[in-house]
Amino acid sequence: MTVFLLRRLALVLPTLFFVSLLVFGLQQLLPGDPALALAGEERDPTVIAFLRQKYHLDEPLPLRYVLWVEGVLSGDLGESIRIKRPVRDLVLEKLPVTAELAALAIVIALSIGLPMGILAAVKSNSAVDYAATMTALWGRSIPNFWLGILLILLFSVQLGLLPASGFVSPTESLSRNLATLIMPAFVLGNAIAAVMMRHTRSAMLEVLSADYVRTARAKGLSEARVVLHHALRNALLPVITLGALEFGELLSGAVLTEQVFTIPGFGKLIVDAVFNRDYAVVQGVVLCTALAFILLNVFADVAYALVNPRLRG
Amino acid sequence: MTAEVLDTAFVDAGERPWRLAARRLMRRRAALIGLLVVVFFVVLAVAAPLVAPHDPLATDWRAVRKPPSASHFFGTDELGRDVLARVIWGARASLMAGLVSVSIAVAVAVPLGLVSGYLGGVVDGLVMRIIDAMLAIPFLVLAIALAAFLGPNLTNAMIAIGVVQTPIFTRLTRGQALAVKHEDYIEAARAVGNPDRRILLRHILPNILAPILVQATLAIAAAIIAEASLSFLGLGQQPPAPSWGSMLNTATRFLSQAPWMAVWPGLAIFSLVLSFNLVGDGLRDALDPRQS
Repeated sequence: MTVFLLRRLALVLPTLFFVSLLVFGLQQLLPGDPALALAGEERDPTVIAFLRQKYHLDEPLPLRYVLWVEGVLSGDLGESIRIKRPVRDLVLEKLPVTAELAALAIVIALSIGLPMGILAAVKSNSAVDYAATMTALWGRSIPNFWLGILLILLFSVQLGLLPASGFVSPTESLSRNLATLIMPAFVLGNAIAAVMMRHTRSAMLEVLSADYVRTARAKGLSEARVVLHHALRNALLPVITLGALEFGELLSGAVLTEQVFTIPGFGKLIVDAVFNRDYAVVQGVVLCTALAFILLNVFADVAYALVNPRLRG
Repeated sequence: MTAEVLDTAFVDAGERPWRLAARRLMRRRAALIGLLVVVFFVVLAVAAPLVAPHDPLATDWRAVRKPPSASHFFGTDELGRDVLARVIWGARASLMAGLVSVSIAVAVAVPLGLVSGYLGGVVDGLVMRIIDAMLAIPFLVLAIALAAFLGPNLTNAMIAIGVVQTPIFTRLTRGQALAVKHEDYIEAARAVGNPDRRILLRHILPNILAPILVQATLAIAAAIIAEASLSFLGLGQQPPAPSWGSMLNTATRFLSQAPWMAVWPGLAIFSLVLSFNLVGDGLRDALDPRQS
């Protein structure tokens, strides 16, 4: 297992190196003088001179990259030009909001995707299966932000049941916190549910035709016990591992969902940063999301290898 | 058996899989409906100047936020512009974004994946690490970052989406090239002295086109959503030019007064994306040799 872990971590290093090149390279896409672009609407020569010095813009490109990496490794992701605060602090401040939204979305995705996937596999090629497949297709095809708008129209504008926007911290009021998050979490969870459903269906179909399931049936166990106790337990593992890989989808969705519902999370941070031309924040957020995604991938691989010894070889 | 007969047999053998796939595709009702809807939107986009009932940019202060009526089937927006005309013209931006960005991705990724898979070794290792790095950044986050740094307009949005889609196609092409490069017919082509370039273009590429075509169809659907998302965020098509994403962005400010502004552009995105997904799924089944 140690060898597997070391080998897996060794693969992460070059990926991290290229991610850092990519994120650093974003700055090079800015047209014209990067100091002017980074300063945004600020035209004060002292600010521009400060930026030039802070980001070592007069230095050669390879040296700038090395200095930038040094900063990142010591936890310095730069400073927001607009808010005048370290990017690291902003990221740490917004992260819990998006993490709560993402956790709720995963719960919703699991509670829709798993039962539907199981039903579709158990009643394969029936009307239930087709309905589940159509629902999955709907989940893949509907734009997140439009679904969010439709939900606001129905539950906030027409029925007046839920707040259309905003965020209340769970420490302030748990019920109001859930009221503000339930619609965006459903929007996010809907897309993931479609993927979960497809994974669950195919994993269950494979497991249901396995010998040990046939044996369980031959022993006279009830169909519910065969499906839930014997088949699902084995089908669940790849589903959950693949679910971890949906993290990227979740973050992409969060950018739009947080924008529609005005939730002050990670996604809104990057969009606001884009409009404020706060490029250090954009870079910081991209770097953090990539890092989180890579670590989650490693975590998923390790978890999978822990329970499936054949993969450790 | 004459040489002519042998030639005909080979031509038939070469054509059969694609003709068979086309026949299978035509038998799939869902894919066929999807194809018809896609064609409908393409015709709409091409013939927009002829079929749009009004000028999509013409404002009318006497018709601000009017609900659907006989003169404006989809209602009007906050500047009195006809929503139907803007939805029709918006199809151009969406379809163009879908086709151009996927073309960019295919043009970069297919040669890269082919060379990477065929040559292997250091080149393959390097390409794959870059692809891993790109895949580590969530699709939309990378597209937003690229569009933000390049500058907000439709062209840059298409470039950003194309770049973001490149790793998926590279990985797919590389995998396919790896799978076929040890096939007997490739070994035979190599044994008779064909240069690598000819083997790649004449022998490997034609045999791995099917999965690339399927992925391209599904990628167009993803690109249409991505363009709408970027335009929704203000990073794609810029106002007053019509785009479904930017129309939805404007609509969010008038949800209680003019809900129709939010319904039609969203429905257009959903229908077009759903149709491309149906065609993509149908193509995948039709091109799958395991399907009877």
